[in-house]
Amino acid sequence: MSEPRIMLTAMAINEAMDIAMGLDDKVFLLGEDIAEPSGGVYKVTNGLSTKYGAQRVRKTPISEQAIIGAAIGAAIAGFRPVAEIMIMDFLAVCLDQVTNHAAKIRYMSGGQTTVPMVIRTSAGAGRGFGAQHSELLEAFAIHSPGMKVAVPSTPADAKGLLLTAIFDDDPVLFVEQMMMYWDKTYAGDVPEGDVRVPFGKAAIRREGADVTLISYGRQMYDCLAAAELLAVDGVSCEVIDLRTLVPWDEQAVMASVAGTSRAVVVHEAVTRCGFGAELSSRIHEELFGQLSAAVQRVGGANTPVPYASNLEAAFVPQVADIVAAVKRTNS
Amino acid sequence: MADVQRPDAPDRDTLLRMFEIQSRIKLCDERFRMMLMSGQIQLIYYSPRGQECISAGWGVHLRPDDYVVTIYRGLHDHLAKGVPLRELWAEFLGRATGTCKGKGGPMHITHPASGLMVTTGIVGAGIPIANGFGLAAQLNGTDQVTVVNFGDGASNIGAFHEGMNLAAVWKLPVVFVCQNNLYGEHTPMSMSTGVDYISERAAAYGMPGVTVDGNDPIATWKVMGEAIARARAGGGPTLVEARTYRFFGHLMGDAMEYMPKEERKAAMAADPVVRYRVWLVDNGHASEAQLAEMEEQLTAAIDDAVEFALNSPQPELSELYTDVFGDVAMEGTTR
Repeated sequence: MSEPRIMLTAMAINEAMDIAMGLDDKVFLLGEDIAEPSGGVYKVTNGLSTKYGAQRVRKTPISEQAIIGAAIGAAIAGFRPVAEIMIMDFLAVCLDQVTNHAAKIRYMSGGQTTVPMVIRTSAGAGRGFGAQHSELLEAFAIHSPGMKVAVPSTPADAKGLLLTAIFDDDPVLFVEQMMMYWDKTYAGDVPEGDVRVPFGKAAIRREGADVTLISYGRQMYDCLAAAELLAVDGVSCEVIDLRTLVPWDEQAVMASVAGTSRAVVVHEAVTRCGFGAELSSRIHEELFGQLSAAVQRVGGANTPVPYASNLEAAFVPQVADIVAAVKRTNS
Repeated sequence: MADVQRPDAPDRDTLLRMFEIQSRIKLCDERFRMMLMSGQIQLIYYSPRGQECISAGWGVHLRPDDYVVTIYRGLHDHLAKGVPLRELWAEFLGRATGTCKGKGGPMHITHPASGLMVTTGIVGAGIPIANGFGLAAQLNGTDQVTVVNFGDGASNIGAFHEGMNLAAVWKLPVVFVCQNNLYGEHTPMSMSTGVDYISERAAAYGMPGVTVDGNDPIATWKVMGEAIARARAGGGPTLVEARTYRFFGHLMGDAMEYMPKEERKAAMAADPVVRYRVWLVDNGHASEAQLAEMEEQLTAAIDDAVEFALNSPQPELSELYTDVFGDVAMEGTTR
């Protein structure tokens, strides 16, 4: 057994891109400010342009449509571009390229052309960035057939899922939560080398018997914290980390909820029409007769993300909200 | 006797190849409209009639491995890049034997074997994607050229600005062909565009811009040849504005109230394909009999393609769920 390699999330993501570029010269990166000397506004691409050169780590103008369009064309022509959209809210600026083109081109061409590209983007509230730099918009892509979506929660998954995404033949929206990039709280053991994490395989982060908490990304940690608190009260929670939302591990979710008969779905995105709504709906469709309570949703408030720190904190689902939701399934 | 290729004039073979492409487009369009009018077929149809010389003008310069991107009014571009008639007709009719198995339709014709890479239904959206094909050629160190076609209306959408700028910054081997037919959907250019010539906009991006009479096959051939040669030699992108006229409005069934009758009549009277045909004969480049034979052969090929398409089945219902992803089965997760 080798020594654990404890890494921060940003470093794990950087390592995935480094390994992918080393393995395949068709992999290249493009995005705003991603090259040296800055190496990305969050330093996630730090060092890569020095190692691989400006041709393969391409700084772009502030032109999200041009970035995604260029990635699409190059992907059809045989490359594996990794495009960075600096902040997830900026997806709205290039949504036509994402949903009408990246997502649909394989289908519209009858499978003749494919778009093997990754859109990396950072998201999430908690930094006082206000309404246009904080949102989680994974539902945009989930609602666009043809797009795959990954939202890692651990550094090992961030690396392993990104490697899988880069070498996948479909377009992938890869959601990184900026609060996790350089925060030691989220550091973890990352295996060395080209170790990939498959899409569509959830991880059971904690086993339990009474209620299933289903989450992804940073909220997985809140679910674990809630499970700790509830254990004191004698409530045993199973925590499922979906890791990818398209495809998602329906089998693992249904197996767990069939056992516990109770489920709470948790994400940071606005609750209304968030992925939790789909999860909840599917669980009801499959297991209605076996459920002891209606599936509960915990998500962001149905508002834009506010600026003032107290309001911002109130927007983001908290551990207490998850505990309260679990209690509702038991009342 | 083979003519020597001169920079200022196409040789005889090129002149005839341009006529062949123009006629292929014109005859296909006439057949589509005839069959639509008579109710034999039903589909959404954007006639390219009047714009034939533009596609023929770049078509004869491109190699099979060059890339073309176009938009929903794209039949002329598909044919100029060599998309085969049978598969093209079958796709327009939504048949399993079409270029895209009937799943894309006329607005999304794709045929990589011919280099027809993307047809988009979104105005202007092909421009940023064309840059990606240009970038691929640049990174691969090949001399492939990408030609992206769009209308005057597309020059007012954001994707045009972002795409043109990036192409200039990265010196991409892309030729931006604005087929200016003077109308964006139902609105004349004068009411939607602040410049008289779209090519003026090239200066804002630091790339050459040129306006050509897109109804003049020789002038168009020359301008396209220069732009394509520049791109192939690593000289970067060019914006070519080819001015023309749309004979049949925005889409089939359009009442065309917004197009002055006299203007349209005059444009149709000066039909560029008919004019070119006369010019070829009058100047001794071809005999009347030779061109008539070419047209007969094209008509027979279209007859064959129409029959092929009409006799082809619609796609299997299971095709609804295929080609969404490369590896994830959608059936069962889609309700």
